[in-house]
Amino acid sequence: MKLASCSAIDLLQKKRRLRRELRGSEALRKIRIAILGGTTTNELVDLLELVLLANGFDPVFYQSEYNRFFEDAVLEPEKLSAFRPDVVYVYTHYKNIRNLPAVSASDAQLETSLNRELERFQAIWSSLHQFVGCQVIQNNFELPPSLLGNHDAVVSGGPVRFVNQLNLEFAKRAATDSRLLIHDLNSVAARIGLNHWFDWSRWYSYKILTTPEANLAIARSVAAMISAVRGASRKCLVLDLDNTLWGGAIGDDGLEKIQLGKETALGEAYTAFQEYCLALRGRGVLLTVCSKNNEDVAKSGFTHPSSILKLEHFSAFRANWDPKHDNLRSIALELNLGLESFVFIDDNPAERALVAAQMPEVAVPDVGEDVALYPSIIQAGHYFESVSLSAEDFSRAELYEKNALRSAAQLKFSNYGEYLESLDMTAEIEPFKRMYLDRITQLVNKTNQFNLTTRRYTLAEIERIAGSPEYVTLCGKLTDTFGDNGLVSAIIGRRSGRDLHIDLWIMSCRVLKREMELAMLDALAEACRERAVARLIGSYVPTAKNGLVADHYKTLGFSLIPEEGETGSRWSLDLHNYTPRSKHIRISQAVSLG
Amino acid sequence: MTSRDQIITEIEPIFQDVLDQPNLKLTPESNALNVEDWDSLAHVTLVGAVERRFKLRFTLAELQGLKNIGDMANLIQKKSTK
Repeated sequence: MKLASCSAIDLLQKKRRLRRELRGSEALRKIRIAILGGTTTNELVDLLELVLLANGFDPVFYQSEYNRFFEDAVLEPEKLSAFRPDVVYVYTHYKNIRNLPAVSASDAQLETSLNRELERFQAIWSSLHQFVGCQVIQNNFELPPSLLGNHDAVVSGGPVRFVNQLNLEFAKRAATDSRLLIHDLNSVAARIGLNHWFDWSRWYSYKILTTPEANLAIARSVAAMISAVRGASRKCLVLDLDNTLWGGAIGDDGLEKIQLGKETALGEAYTAFQEYCLALRGRGVLLTVCSKNNEDVAKSGFTHPSSILKLEHFSAFRANWDPKHDNLRSIALELNLGLESFVFIDDNPAERALVAAQMPEVAVPDVGEDVALYPSIIQAGHYFESVSLSAEDFSRAELYEKNALRSAAQLKFSNYGEYLESLDMTAEIEPFKRMYLDRITQLVNKTNQFNLTTRRYTLAEIERIAGSPEYVTLCGKLTDTFGDNGLVSAIIGRRSGRDLHIDLWIMSCRVLKREMELAMLDALAEACRERAVARLIGSYVPTAKNGLVADHYKTLGFSLIPEEGETGSRWSLDLHNYTPRSKHIRISQAVSLG
Repeated sequence: MTSRDQIITEIEPIFQDVLDQPNLKLTPESNALNVEDWDSLAHVTLVGAVERRFKLRFTLAELQGLKNIGDMANLIQKKSTK
């Protein structure tokens, strides 16, 4: 049974069996989630559990008693804190608003009511930050039922106006508080429609305010946020060409006959889909092509005067007659991405079925064959949810483009050192700084290959570590002649006497074989010297994906610490006579105690 | 017109699914006390699934008056023939 195509009632009816089946799959990632609800939360939690299981998580839940969200967060946070949640979701509806102004309220009274309500929720968030210290997800509010007709949204005492203003205040608070994420319940409700959202019979019977359908939509949307907190978002859209990016088959119909552009309704819809893809690229999603065509014919499609997408927008291009799953595998290799990063879009159901069967990690939404619906179907999959949109996201596609130039440059040199020298690399390495914490958390949670321990941390944990004298942290940015690679590496070291245990060492695969790891080691040795640390202890914890760094410490000259029966290995490096290793990278900023 | 017993036969698989008891047999006298795992949480799902199966909605008053499966089948019969 495919979860994505099931109705809420289907899922609930078969919940127990589905749960049993999904729990049986291997390699589920544990996650502890506390739900503090203003209504009865069991049905939502059941659905959330199924969706998260299907997304590869093994969730454990804590639920507040009915409508005890404020008490649990503010008055008795000990119980919640003892549960040690990774994420707290404060799940409230408009019914939980306490300070709705009277319909006759003045502007000043509206202001007072707003501030009171905001203070009440701020107390919840502050208490959770202080006593629980994890990522907090708070939803905003759906629009309430109509009372004054069109005045609802206009007058100071209008309930719709109140909710709109409160939602705006929530957004402003979240903008200044990286540990607070806003779940846009209001948009979820709007997409379903309020007439299919509220369920008054269930409200009076069970204190569940919303329909099963609404609860499933909430579950899917919150699950996407939770996955994003754990860095499990998708990164790459794989697109078919004929009848996906344009109408018709370019090989048969020719460039002049394909449907694209404003001249016909169908052509306009394909143009709109191309615009949507380009907008996704603008927010950090990589675009690639996987098409059954001759390459030169396929590429000619992007010379069409109405083609919004151009060849340079694609980070990888496969047009040939090989099976599509083989092409996907080769795209994954080229971009250094795992298959779980891909969303595969193809109008041909046979191709979709093939990819879905061969590669269960790839998301294969059933887009049907009507291009008019493609954007909303892709949107409904919540594939590209992210915790924060960093400047990095906005320029990611360009980074990959420049990588292609770097690969081309590599071919022209007689030896590798000469190539590295020509890249004119500069590394900026420094302790974790507030402005980079989002990006560091992203990197920590999505890096699988160059990752010595594969420890995952939430943003809140990274913040704590960054501020603690017990830890030595380093993050590194790398710039070269083709541009800025952004923040690409991070180390977390934990002090223990005169030893420093390297809990985390990660690096983005986009800078593999650039000797960035040597620059990081030099900076780490320098940071250790300043703190009178004499020895580095590194460990390698093997996973299915990090074979790349099995010999990392050995290559860096660490000595193996003999231990029996351990999986993985531990290594040490005496720092007394340390001499810098990096030859081809300038380290621009001295690491100081800061 | 569908008989009461016929309706109970049609409800049965829903209960088997929701309560995860493939061999569960329902009788007109079955109720939340004598059917294992039929708790308030399962009840929410059972009502939703039965409503969808017979394409109807129970009113609050009707829900409150249900004592056992026989009542539920009678009610479904009445609402379906209107």
